[in-house]
Amino acid sequence: MSGTERTRTEPRRIDRLDDRLAADEGVAGAARAFGRRVRAGDLGALPVVVGLIIIWTVFQTLNPVFLSSNNLVNLLFDCCSVGVISLGIVCVLMLGEIDLSVGSVSGMSSAILGVLWVNHGWPVLAAAVAAVLAGAVVGLVYAQLFNRFGMPSFVVTLAGLLAFLGLQLLLLGQEGSINLPFGSTMVNFGQLVFMPPVVAYIIAVLAAAGSFATSAVIAASRERAGLTAKSMTFLALRSGVVLVLLLVVVWYLNRDRGVPWMFGVFAGLVLVMNYAFTRTRWGRSMHAVGGNREAARRAGIKVKSIYVSAFVLCSSFAALGGIFGAARLASSSQQAGTGDVNLNAIAAAVIGGTSLFGGRGNAFSALLGIIVIQSISNGLTLLNLSSSLRFMITGAVLAVAVMVDSLARKSRAAHGAA
Amino acid sequence: MTTTTESSGRPPSPPPDSQPVLSLHGVSKSFGAVSALTDIDLEVFPREVVALVGDNGAGKSTLVKVLAGVHLPDSGEIRFEGRPVHVTDPSTALGLGIATVFQDLALCENLDVVANLFLGQELSPLRLDEVHMETRSWELLHELSARIPSLRTPVASLSGGQRQTVAIARSLLLDPKVIILDEPTAALGVAQTAEVLDLIERVRERGLGVIMVSHNMEDVRAVADRIVVLRLGRNNGVFEATASNEELVSAITGASDNSVSRRTARRTQAAADATDPASTPTPTEADS
Ligand SMILES: Nc1ncnc2c1ncn2[C@@H]1O[C@H](COP(=O)(O)OP(=O)(O)OP(=O)(O)O)[C@@H](O)[C@H]1O
Ligand SMILES: [Mg+2]
Repeated sequence: MSGTERTRTEPRRIDRLDDRLAADEGVAGAARAFGRRVRAGDLGALPVVVGLIIIWTVFQTLNPVFLSSNNLVNLLFDCCSVGVISLGIVCVLMLGEIDLSVGSVSGMSSAILGVLWVNHGWPVLAAAVAAVLAGAVVGLVYAQLFNRFGMPSFVVTLAGLLAFLGLQLLLLGQEGSINLPFGSTMVNFGQLVFMPPVVAYIIAVLAAAGSFATSAVIAASRERAGLTAKSMTFLALRSGVVLVLLLVVVWYLNRDRGVPWMFGVFAGLVLVMNYAFTRTRWGRSMHAVGGNREAARRAGIKVKSIYVSAFVLCSSFAALGGIFGAARLASSSQQAGTGDVNLNAIAAAVIGGTSLFGGRGNAFSALLGIIVIQSISNGLTLLNLSSSLRFMITGAVLAVAVMVDSLARKSRAAHGAA
Repeated sequence: MTTTTESSGRPPSPPPDSQPVLSLHGVSKSFGAVSALTDIDLEVFPREVVALVGDNGAGKSTLVKVLAGVHLPDSGEIRFEGRPVHVTDPSTALGLGIATVFQDLALCENLDVVANLFLGQELSPLRLDEVHMETRSWELLHELSARIPSLRTPVASLSGGQRQTVAIARSLLLDPKVIILDEPTAALGVAQTAEVLDLIERVRERGLGVIMVSHNMEDVRAVADRIVVLRLGRNNGVFEATASNEELVSAITGASDNSVSRRTARRTQAAADATDPASTPTPTEADS
């Protein structure tokens, strides 16, 4: 009876024919669906956002400088290098693999940049491209060792960690560090170039408008095809919230120096990778191989090339992150890429919601995760805590993130949503 | 051990119009010390349903996987539309037009139904056409009377039969020339089984060759044009769909001469009847 009633008020959608389905229409429906997803362990970005709010509240009460515009601008600068590396980590984690050498590869890349640009007088762009290409070659080697010899990725990349750290030290030679020239485009990019306020506002508006336009186009074409579509009100509301958030952030950062271009580039890369993961056949294949490698192979996916693409992307992003790091510090040093870089990059991806078990992940996890990691690191530095404590706390945060990941996975299995 | 006996059933004459779309000659495959397949011959013609039967471990799934490019055969020849082919990996098989539903289904549990259906053949690779893929999925699943509430939930949340339907639907998506189904109705309900058998017939009418593995003799007899028996990794006879149950069972279980075994069975049955009529509740089958 209820079925016929519903048909009278509104045409029945082809994907809503089953009476067992909860009808989630309109804004309230979207909220209900979200609540159900969270309970089922499909947490999405929720734990990160909650974690971030807690972290920011704690540090702000301990030190009021923490949330100042000036400090947040620094924080964004510091996010870029490891954030870009983490974007590559998302690629390998998506396949259920790992790259433990991203720190070393980023250090090697920064050394290549310094040697070619400063010592050999190459144009800076050529040197940077060479450094990224070197990263790509490293990834290609990993992929061959993985595909041909079946070596576990953590062993291959652990070997790489040492080998490329060695190469970095070799390249830098006796002095151990190369200063990059102040005033050069590269160093300015890492320290001084900001979006003009107007540009930042325009980008914020374009981003929100773009997100609304793409989702509205999808909703309209679903509507035409007779499928359920998100209501326009909901989409407008969502994009409105995004717009307000972005405008507030831009306004707040503009009270100081503004939005760093380097962060803009990082955010742009995140958007590109998000598109690649969600809207292309390659992205679908990545999820499939991470979820069930054999099923993906039987579906005709070239599994080996998917591994190649992931390892190459990961090492290339690591190299690019190394360049960002060198620009930020205005030097290529023996310390670049050492210490907690590796762990932070992996932790960021996992904290952001990319699963260590493969088959689940998204590009935004690199962005969200690195903001969490840098907030902790920055806050602890403001409190004058030693790096020993910083390491311990970051380690604990990573452990908690992995725990959340494992628990969510269990809950998903229980709710039938692996 | 004896192999095929000519008396056990003459291979029925193939459909006159054509050459086999897929044929195997002397295909062998071993896993270490186990010879899973020895010298297998098999032919499938267009517009024909071949049922592949045999006991557990007879090598049916191994044969299916060899045809699907999952396993490489150790020796033997595979011809597709008359040409010798090397099916080195699943994408080659799919490219030729051999679609397979595996016994273990091979679905990605983390992906939703639509993504699984179109896995590897997504529409517009650089800008996935989700809307078209979803409407096409609904069409396909309606054809199979699928009872799947939502196509946007991960496959992990589906029941065994729902997954099987998804796997079958996927094999149809590619517009293949040969469809291989490894126990396609094993987990299906009454309506869905009927739908799948109907579908197999429809697919045959479209001119495709179908290989169906099944333990259910009723299903086999309902749709098969020929029944190929495997036993311990070897061919053990080819039968018409009209073959009697005893003939099939003895070929499957390994009695070497069917007429003899049938006679023995009848004689012992008769002897039992004579000595103790009450012990046989079912009457002996009359033989015309
Ligand atoms: N990957 C493998 N590695 C080793 N041995 C295998 C493998 N696959 C199959 N076998 C062996 O090959 C033989 C045939 O197995 P297969 O799966 O083809 O049987 P089947 O006829 O499909 O049986 P069922 O009716 O139970 O599905 C078995 O003895 C099995 O142990
Ligand atoms: Mg089998």
